[in-house]
Amino acid sequence: MEHITATCIISDHIVYTNGKAVFEPPSAEGQDFLLSVYQHTGVQYPKFYKMDNLSKLGWLACELLLRQGFRSADYRPEEVAVVLSNANASLDTDYKYFATVKDIPSPAVFVYTLPNIMIGEICIRHHFKGENAFFVFESFNAAFLAQYVHGLMENGSARACICGWIDVLGEEYKAALFLVEEAAGATQLSDNPMPLSEENINQLFQINARHE
Amino acid sequence: MKDIFVVSDNIFSPLGLTTAENFSRLKAGVSAVRRHDRPEMADEPFYAALFDGGVDASGPYTAATTGAPGDFSSPVAYTKFEQLLLASISDVLKTGDVDPGDPRTILILSTTKGNISLLETEAVGAGGIGRVGRAAANPALDRRIALSTSARLIADHFHFANTPVVISNACISGILALVTAMRLIRSGSYNMAVVAGADVISKFVLSGFGSFQAISPGPCRPFDRSRDGINLGEGAGTVVLSSREKYRGGVRLRGGAVGNDANHISGPSRTGQELCQVINKSLAEAGLTPGDIGFISAHGTATLYNDEMEAKAITLAGLQSVPVNSLKAYYGHTLGAAGLIESIVTLQSMREHLVLPSLGFADNGVSMPLNICSSLLHTSLNNCLKTASGFGGCNAAVVMSQ
Repeated sequence: MEHITATCIISDHIVYTNGKAVFEPPSAEGQDFLLSVYQHTGVQYPKFYKMDNLSKLGWLACELLLRQGFRSADYRPEEVAVVLSNANASLDTDYKYFATVKDIPSPAVFVYTLPNIMIGEICIRHHFKGENAFFVFESFNAAFLAQYVHGLMENGSARACICGWIDVLGEEYKAALFLVEEAAGATQLSDNPMPLSEENINQLFQINARHE
Repeated sequence: MKDIFVVSDNIFSPLGLTTAENFSRLKAGVSAVRRHDRPEMADEPFYAALFDGGVDASGPYTAATTGAPGDFSSPVAYTKFEQLLLASISDVLKTGDVDPGDPRTILILSTTKGNISLLETEAVGAGGIGRVGRAAANPALDRRIALSTSARLIADHFHFANTPVVISNACISGILALVTAMRLIRSGSYNMAVVAGADVISKFVLSGFGSFQAISPGPCRPFDRSRDGINLGEGAGTVVLSSREKYRGGVRLRGGAVGNDANHISGPSRTGQELCQVINKSLAEAGLTPGDIGFISAHGTATLYNDEMEAKAITLAGLQSVPVNSLKAYYGHTLGAAGLIESIVTLQSMREHLVLPSLGFADNGVSMPLNICSSLLHTSLNNCLKTASGFGGCNAAVVMSQ
């Protein structure tokens, strides 16, 4: 049985890890907010500045997720999967790229007009070489995510999976990442790992609603 | 692992409107790639595989008229992208084997850019392109472009009972869609999947690949010494898959895998090790060894780096003597449809015991010499491999058998 061993949710300008609000910048909007979260991580990663907002958000959420006790030494690179989803694919950057077309089309922006580039950025950062998938749904689809990730782990295609929802459009955004591991490694989430299920993922996804 | 059977398939492309039509044109050596002079898409003429005008002016899915630009309130006006999917899916449904209303039937769609051409035709009069903040937001356009909107329109058209799954994972989308379908059916949640992919070429995509200097000034030449970039293409492909025993006996999917280079977002691995690893995993899942594979349908985009990486991966996997082709010089790179269209051609190759020549190839231009097909090869094919790689460092492979 697979377990959710860590979570990171970034929503309404608050960062939550394992269900607790851990960072809230005094006042920040959009780009500035992502920058303040980046500074909060304390990481020096110059590539971060070149990313679009979708990749930045996904990269940051993954960075903070994996600090909740992920033991990379337990896994070979090809055993870690990254399975993400959202509603707006790369539309936020599609608008920005198309604005460059009437002057000089920008390859540096065009490359981010695919939502799975975010998965690539995460894989490069953490040296993950396992399964990838990017799905688009009208809204967060916990049932599908739980089913797909369970399938990957059950048939041996992955032993750990970073999965969830990373969506950005204009000023609207939400990130919700879950670390799913086999039961043996599951000791991190408030010392109480939750079984991977639609209900548990949905409950964790709604965290900020509970804090309002 | 359980085999997943192919029930029916369709290729809807500038070469033809059914799999059979497409394959007969391919056998005759016909390419859909030609020179286009379309100022609305590019300042200079370019080579690509495009539909003339609409998708099929005589077909049932001619674009319904919309209201004013930016007005998406009219009930159903299918975009060109959606018309491609509708046309391709309606062909596979003709067999009568698929019951879209069955809760054990799932619709899976694959695309990279879907309705993005609406930015070109609709955005200017509706708040201005280049929106970066809330001020110029056009939520109606955002919703119309959203891939879930297209998915819902298509699912509703055919009365699919389940929420469709959309995969948008760059150039491996089509293969990932097949692999996902295989996994969902194997999990027991579904016993039938309709897997369809499409992409449309417009200024957005053309300018983007152009900005990378990735587009060949002429017809593309995969794996050739003089290759100098891709041609883009548009089209759709659909495969119906099932676990039902009644479909045993035809072609089937045996295994598949996906992975990442973890190296660069727009350039492939230098070693090919990661694609090789995905090939190995696919073979293992299929219970096969390299010696069992009779043919490889490569991604073969005709860029310098992609073809070189693939040649290394195929060699590392011990498949360097296996006949290989790339279909990109026939269809161009059809992006989210490519994995499906090229897999369907492979299925048809198995049915007709025929490997197609790799059009555009004359002299080996990769460091690891492969067995690139240069003429029609009549041979019985039991097990074939289809691979793809894409931006974001992703790789995918699927094994097909009969």
